[in-house]
Parts: sequence; structure tokens; C-alpha cells
Amino acid sequence: MAENGIGAPVRRKEDKRFITGKGTYTDDINRPGQAYAYFVRSPYPHATINGIDKAAAEAAPGVLAVITGDDVAEAGWGGLICGWMVKNKDGSDMRAGNHPVLAQGKVRYVGDHVACVVAETYAQAKDGAELVEVDYGPLIACAALADADRPGQPQIHDDVPNNTVYNWELGDQAAVDQALASAAHVTKVDLTNNRVVPNAMEPRAAIGEYDSAQEAFTLYTTSQNPHVARLVMSAFIQVAPEHKLRVIAPDVGGGFGSKIYIYSEECICLLAARKIGRPVKWTGDRSEAFLSDAHGRDHITHAELGMDADGNFTALKVHTKANMGGYLSLFASCVPTYLYATLLAGQYRTPQIYCAVDAVFTNTVPVDAYRGAGRPEATYLLETIIDQAADELGRDPADLRRQNFIKPEQFPYDTPVALTYDTGNFHAVLDKALEVSDYANFASRRAASEAKGKLRGIGFSCYIEACGIAPSAVVGSLGAGVGLWESAKIRFTHTGVCQVLTGTHSHGQGHETVFAQLIAEKLGVPIENVEVIHGDTDKTPVGMGTYGSRSLAVGGQAIANAADKIIEKGKKIAAHLLEASEADIEFKDGSFTVAGTDRSKALGEVIFEAYVPHHIPQGLVEPGMEEGAFYDPANFTYPSGTYICEVEVDPDTGVVSIDRVVAVDDFGVIVNPLIVEGQVHGGLAQGIGQALTENCVYDSAGQLLSASYMDYCMPKADDLPTFEIATTSTPCSHNALGVKGCGEAGAIGSPPAVMNAVADAIGTRVSMPATAEKVWRALQASKTSQAAE
Amino acid sequence: MYAFNVRKPGSVDLAVAALESAEDGKLLAGGQTLLPTLKQRLASPSDLIDLGEIADLKGISDEGGSIKIGAMTTHADVAGSDVVKSQIPALAYLAGHIGDPQVRNRGTIGGSIANADPAADYPAAVLGLNATVHTNQRTIAADDFFTGLFETALNDDEIVTAVSFPKPSKAGYQKFPNPASRYAVVGVMVAETGGETRVAVTGAGPSAFRWSEAESALGGNFSADALNGLAVSAADLNSDIHASADYRAHLVGVMAKRAVAAAS
Repeated sequence: MAENGIGAPVRRKEDKRFITGKGTYTDDINRPGQAYAYFVRSPYPHATINGIDKAAAEAAPGVLAVITGDDVAEAGWGGLICGWMVKNKDGSDMRAGNHPVLAQGKVRYVGDHVACVVAETYAQAKDGAELVEVDYGPLIACAALADADRPGQPQIHDDVPNNTVYNWELGDQAAVDQALASAAHVTKVDLTNNRVVPNAMEPRAAIGEYDSAQEAFTLYTTSQNPHVARLVMSAFIQVAPEHKLRVIAPDVGGGFGSKIYIYSEECICLLAARKIGRPVKWTGDRSEAFLSDAHGRDHITHAELGMDADGNFTALKVHTKANMGGYLSLFASCVPTYLYATLLAGQYRTPQIYCAVDAVFTNTVPVDAYRGAGRPEATYLLETIIDQAADELGRDPADLRRQNFIKPEQFPYDTPVALTYDTGNFHAVLDKALEVSDYANFASRRAASEAKGKLRGIGFSCYIEACGIAPSAVVGSLGAGVGLWESAKIRFTHTGVCQVLTGTHSHGQGHETVFAQLIAEKLGVPIENVEVIHGDTDKTPVGMGTYGSRSLAVGGQAIANAADKIIEKGKKIAAHLLEASEADIEFKDGSFTVAGTDRSKALGEVIFEAYVPHHIPQGLVEPGMEEGAFYDPANFTYPSGTYICEVEVDPDTGVVSIDRVVAVDDFGVIVNPLIVEGQVHGGLAQGIGQALTENCVYDSAGQLLSASYMDYCMPKADDLPTFEIATTSTPCSHNALGVKGCGEAGAIGSPPAVMNAVADAIGTRVSMPATAEKVWRALQASKTSQAAE
Repeated sequence: MYAFNVRKPGSVDLAVAALESAEDGKLLAGGQTLLPTLKQRLASPSDLIDLGEIADLKGISDEGGSIKIGAMTTHADVAGSDVVKSQIPALAYLAGHIGDPQVRNRGTIGGSIANADPAADYPAAVLGLNATVHTNQRTIAADDFFTGLFETALNDDEIVTAVSFPKPSKAGYQKFPNPASRYAVVGVMVAETGGETRVAVTGAGPSAFRWSEAESALGGNFSADALNGLAVSAADLNSDIHASADYRAHLVGVMAKRAVAAAS
């Protein structure tokens, strides 16, 4: 193995600047002459806008401009788009509704963007915003997901009847109904997947800049995918041609999906910059993050699982209602469909699966992909209904799962919901998890808890996810508006420094370290000599960005392929210098060697020769050493895992304490185990947060009640145990690196493990989050019903 | 935040003068409620009168029968005080469980009780330990101090200078923290002081209150079992997205028992 190559637990190169506060985030950047923006947001969940009086604001000290929807219309800019067309059951197109950059006559959620005040200082902009007089005509809001598509509800978009974006389905309903009718046992569940707020540590921010001589914009923004931002803003919103719009996403402090999308604020900073001829900065505060970052999850589902007399799964039928919020966000449509229903086979051989999804608008913040995106919802459903089935059948939950697992020899395995799992060994993962968790001795741990007056429960979750998004032809056939390949460029300098330019973006994932390790492995270059460059559309090759655990499996493979091209070119030069045949040159550990001899040239010598080609004959190779590659994956990658959680419940208060979390994941080949561990820890914390503490609450009128950290409970260090983590490995079969991705696993696998453990402890199921009061009430209800019996 | 003037008087008298001369002055005594309120533009005082530079308002002293804590003493200082830990450990425990370290390092006892947040911890200590509140004008008995939701007996120009806590023979505090904010959903201080038993509840109602039935029960038998079967009525308790009134009422009983068990 190369030093610090694949598999080395290298400490992150980027941590010094992050930990010492030396990162450069969007808000750290200040441009000459910069002015500040503040947004006027709707206090109403649903209202007409009868007029906007800007006069007092425009006259306020320091105010430079007040921008409304009229200015956007005047500029000829279009609305924000949804980039994924989902079809209705009858084949017709979904109804997306309009999503104006600034409100046009109507607002559709509390926080909706109404106007923007630009001033000399942030405080003056905020003061000015209070003087913008908006004449609202409040309308009755439709805030409850369950009711949103019922007749008689307020219409949120005039052209979207019954607030229904689509009624979509996957699978053979008749076959599933028949299988359920003939099943020996059918388990039914009704579930809510609670709405959560992403809460990246860094709030969103943007700086718009306009060069009137070049007629060109520059946007600094907190984006997970600057190239996608440029593409969407250019091609769809009509901000400017692509060569007149540069998007820079510098250090970004977490995204979790919420920074994939194109938001109003970014567009308006550009428009404002052109209008006033000065750079315009907007930095969101935490309250604005609650009110305007796309939220996650928010499903209600009824599901039925059929089994034969031996407990073999025969069919699964699912009906889900998915909340889209007030507008359809960039990838909102694909989350509860192609990232959800396609995962409903899980790790199991269920032969028939049918899923219907109704996506509906409500007067709430738009909902889009959040860490895991559809796959946590699928896993929560599946792992809950299987656990419930085990309860009903009196089966050990691990055994029932194992009985239904896809067997190791069945890979590649075609599921009934359109995916082909290339590799996996679910039995090995479960075995390891049972071993690490010491499942055999759970009874004694339960007894010890009972002796302390606590109720102990154990919960399982066996997840699979589809990562490495995604084969372009496949997603294209499913309605995606873009291809999902990735690209990379490797550029050496005279002195042997290796620059890796990637279209992915790192906002906490550690790309600067992991991609350097790929170079160390492939080319033998010390990681100190590798510079990873990302986040600037003027510098990096076009890429689709970072989400869906794709950066290594897709972007990393592009880098590896570019490295192969470097080796090929280097061999030509080395062969000439060593006076040998190119076919006889071997490259290993950073040196080109004539096979079977000790004659070699180091990569650095070959690179120098490429840049100072004094000894290279004309026509042998082009000078320089720079190669690029595009990589379109052949399939999704399929990380899988088994998570086992043990909780203790205080029966007097209902408080749930997590005592143990065992997470065993099969991520295929692991490049940096330290980073993988960190990703799993973070994902577990977020998943446990959703299961126990986090809940985005709207009242029936559409006001957001949990709009600050006083009311929205993020998991804290003392809510979490020391995680017990292990891995197994079945390398991905269709990328040469063998990698699968690990960014979302923790958030996907943990919620059902926690909730099943709670159910095991208290003997009944509660909805997420399992707050103390809910658990206490469930215990009281059980006591009452037991007393009645 | 709107613009305001900051004043830093060096004495209580100067602070009162500053308050009286200001158009709409507010005392700043740690600012753990006031500053977030200002940041959200929910208040716009003309002047903030920072009590932080008045040396007389800080410090903890053992007065023999009681512990006197200056109004501007931080929660962290109370929690870490050897005097408090040895004489009224329940009070040190309470102070050490307020909010988070940032709050405990900035927030003060005077600021907390003057604000009278229904979910603050200190009101349970003031009531349960039968403290005396000293101001620049008078002394106020604990039972007279908290008058309602965010309301106290303090006059507009009255400044809390210290709080005296009689040394109890036994006291215990337990709270059920709001998992998000770590305010008290319910907090209960039980104490035996000079032959009197007190049970004070914070978090549950609009203002801290004494639970007289529990006091009577514990008066004869200071044990958790003495509280069996007792319950506060949920009728006047708070209800919000974190806890219903019913649940709060239940928690009062649980926390009271645990406070008795923890009392030392």
C-alpha cells in the first residue's frame, strides 16, 4: 500500500483551518464597495399581496434599493424550478406550480420571500425592511399534510387542483393485492415520518457581484454544487449565459441537502448587484434558516406486509402522502418517488411490491432532500413493519429478517422496484452486528435495567441505500433533467505538485484528504503535495456536485480514471527516457520501471521532462502533464448495514436514554477509516435526533412553532452514547475503486433501530420523535388497558 | 437589534440615577433573556444599564445562619462556590444545571429572579429555601416576591442587590429539563429549614408556586413515600409543544419525590 493511500486513517488536511477558525466561508468574504441585503418575509402562511409600498423604506437612511417581484419580472428572470419530472399514474405530467424568485401576488408559507432591501449596512437594510409596507390579504392556510389534498381545502396554487403535485405509483398493484389476499398473515402499520430542519452549522449566505463592462456576474454562495447552481440560474432562471456567470462556493459549513437547491436569496443578490452597481451580500441568520432552508422528510404512510405461514415476505403495499411545502423545490419531486419507493425491497426477497405516492402542497416551508433523502423514509417504514411483524408472529426480529434476506449467492439481485443490487452480504453484516452487540446476553442486560427500575429495549434496523447517484441514462429515463456523471482533472506543475480539480464540493466530507489519498495510492505522490481544488465554476471542470453519497463513488472514480491517463502518458515519456518499449514500462509506487530491471524514472522526473521537454522528440506526446476524465457510473452503489440500538426508558417520566448503538456497515472499500467513522457518527447523531428530539411543528393555522433552538431540539453530546462501529466489505463491483459511499448511512439506519428499541422497551409503538411525554402517555395507556383486562 | 445607549454605572445609586434619567432604560444583569430579545427586535430600550461593574453586587458570603449571594453573582460562581456547596448543596446543584455553560457564565441570580421566567430554576430555590430578596429599597420575603408570569414585587426603580438563603437542615432540587433549551419543564425544590418544610415548583405554572399538600405530607414524614397519592391539579399549569399540563402535573410529583430522595 502506498503511504497514506487507500485504507490509511489519515487525519484530515482541512481540519487545521477549520478547527482554528481560519476557514473562508462566504460571510468571511467582503468585496470592495459591498452593500447588504435583508429580506422581507411573509408573516402569513397564505395570503394575497394586494400591494407593496416601498416609499418609506427607500427613503430610510442608507437604503440603496428595495427589490420586489416586479423587479424580477422586469429583468425577465424566470422562477425557481424543479429539476425532476415525475409522472402521474395516468402518464400525465406532475403539476409543479410556479415558484417565483420573489412573491408575485401571493405568499405561500411563513418566511416566503416578499421583498429585499439593500443598504449600506446590514442594520440599515434590516431597519429598511421594517418600513416596507406590504398589504396582505390573509387567506385560510392549508397546513396539515393529512388534509391537504381533500376537496374543499384552500388552493395554494391556482393551477394545482387539490394541492396535488402528483399521484405516482411503482409496481403491480393487482399482483400485490392478490398476494396480500392470499397471505397467511398481514401486518399493517400507519406511520409518520416527522418533518425536520436541516440545521447546517453555517447558515446560508450569498454575495452577488456584477461587472458591467463584461456584463458578467459572480456569485459567492453556500452551495453543495456550484456548477448546478450556474446551470440552473443560467439555463432556467435566465440570469445570464453560462460564461457570464461564475459561481464560487468557498468553504461551506455543512449542507445535508439543504444547500443543493437554488434559492431566492442567491438570485436576488445578483439582481441587486446589477441594479446598484455594487456587490451585495446577504447572510442568513438562524431564524431565517428555520424559515427558509428546505426542510426534510414529512411523510404519512399506510403499509401492509404479507407473509406466508413460514414468515416469508410475499408482498408489500405502501401508500405515502409526501409534503412538498408551499413550492416544489429543486429535487423535491424525486425524493418520495425514485429515492424512496425504489428502496422498499430493502435487504429482502419480497417478490411483489407496490407503492403509491401522493405529493401535495401545504402552506409550509418547501421540503426537499435531507441527508438520506427518501432512503431514510423507506428504511423507517420497512424496518418498522418488519419489526411489528416479528412482534405479531412471536418471532425473533433478527431471525425474521435473516430468513428473508437476499442471499449472498443471489447477487446481482433484481428487486421488484427497479434496482439491481450488484453486491452485498447482509448475513455477514447481521452476524457481525449481533456479535459486537452481544445480542446473546441481552436478557441479562434487560434484567440489570429492570433492577434499577428501568425498561430496556433492543431494536434492529437493516438498511440498504442507493448511493453514488447515478447512471445518467437511468435517471434520465426516470425524469431527471440532468445527467449525474462526475468529472475531474489532474494537473501537475513543473515541480511535481499535483492539483486535483473536481466538480464535487466538500462541505464537511473531507475531500481534500480523501482525494489526495487517491492520488497517493494511484500515483505515489505524497498527500502533502496534492492540492484539491473545488467550488469555483471558473476553475474546476463541470460537475454535478455533492449529495447522495456520490463524491467518492462517482467523483473519486473520475479522479482515478484521470490518474490512469497520467500513468499512460507518463509511460510514453519514461519509455523514451529509459530507451525501452512502452509496453515494458511498469508504474508502481511513483516510479516508471523497465520490467525486470532496476532502470526507472520517478514520476517527478517524467513530469519535469513533460514540462521541459528538451529530450522529447516532436510528436511523441504533447508537452505538460494534465489529464481529465468524466465518469458516468454503471449503477447505483449499495451500502448496507445492520444497526442495533439499546435504550433504557424511565417509566416514571418516559425519558428514553440511548445506552448503546452498534453500527455495522458495508461500505465496500474504505479510503479513510477515520473519515468514515466521523461520517457515521454524524449520521447517527442526525438520525437519533430525528428519532428522539427533533420535530418541526406547525400549528393548524400554518405558523412555525419550532423556529429556534429553544423549541427545536437538536441532539446534544449528552443525548448520545459512545458509538460502537464496525465494518464489513463487499466491494462495489462496477467502479474500479470498489467504493460505495458512507455519508448518509447513519441517518438512514438509525431512526428505526432507536424506535424499535423504544417499542421493545415499552411494548407499544409511538411516533417520532419519541419524546418523554409521548412515551409516558403510551405507558399510561398500556397500564389502563391492562387494568381493563 | 435596534440602537441603544450602554451605561456602566459604578454603584447601585448611579444605576438608579441612570435608570431614572433614561427615556426607556433596562437593567442588564447578565442579559441571557434580554439580549436574545433585543437581537430579535422584540424590545427597543433607549438605554441598557449594565450592572456588571458594580463590585458590591458580586460575591457569596457565609452570614452564619444564611448564605448571602450578591445579585450579579453568576450561576457558575454559585455552582462552584465552596461555601454554597458545603452549606446548601441543593442550591449549588440547581445553579450548576441552569442552561448551558455559556448561560451559567453570564447569567446572574439577580437577573434571573427579577426576570421571573416561569421556567427559570432560581425561583424554586428562592421560594423553597424561603430566601429573602434584598433590594436598594427594602427586603422582600420569598413568598411575596414572585407575583405572576414574568412579574415580581419589584418597583420600576428597584434593583435587587442580593439574595439571602437560610441554611436548611435538608434540601434537594430536581428538574425535568426541556431537552432543547434546558429550562425547567418542571423543577422542584424541597427543603426543611428551621423546622419548616417547603416544596416549591417552577416550570409548571405561570409563576413559581408552593405545593402546600406536599409540604404538609413531608412535614410529618420527610420521605418520598410520604408523597404517594398526592398530585397537583393540572388546571392552572402551562401547556406547550414540549409538555401538556397533565404531563407537567405528573412530573411535579415525580420530581418532588426525587428531590426528597436527593435531599441532603
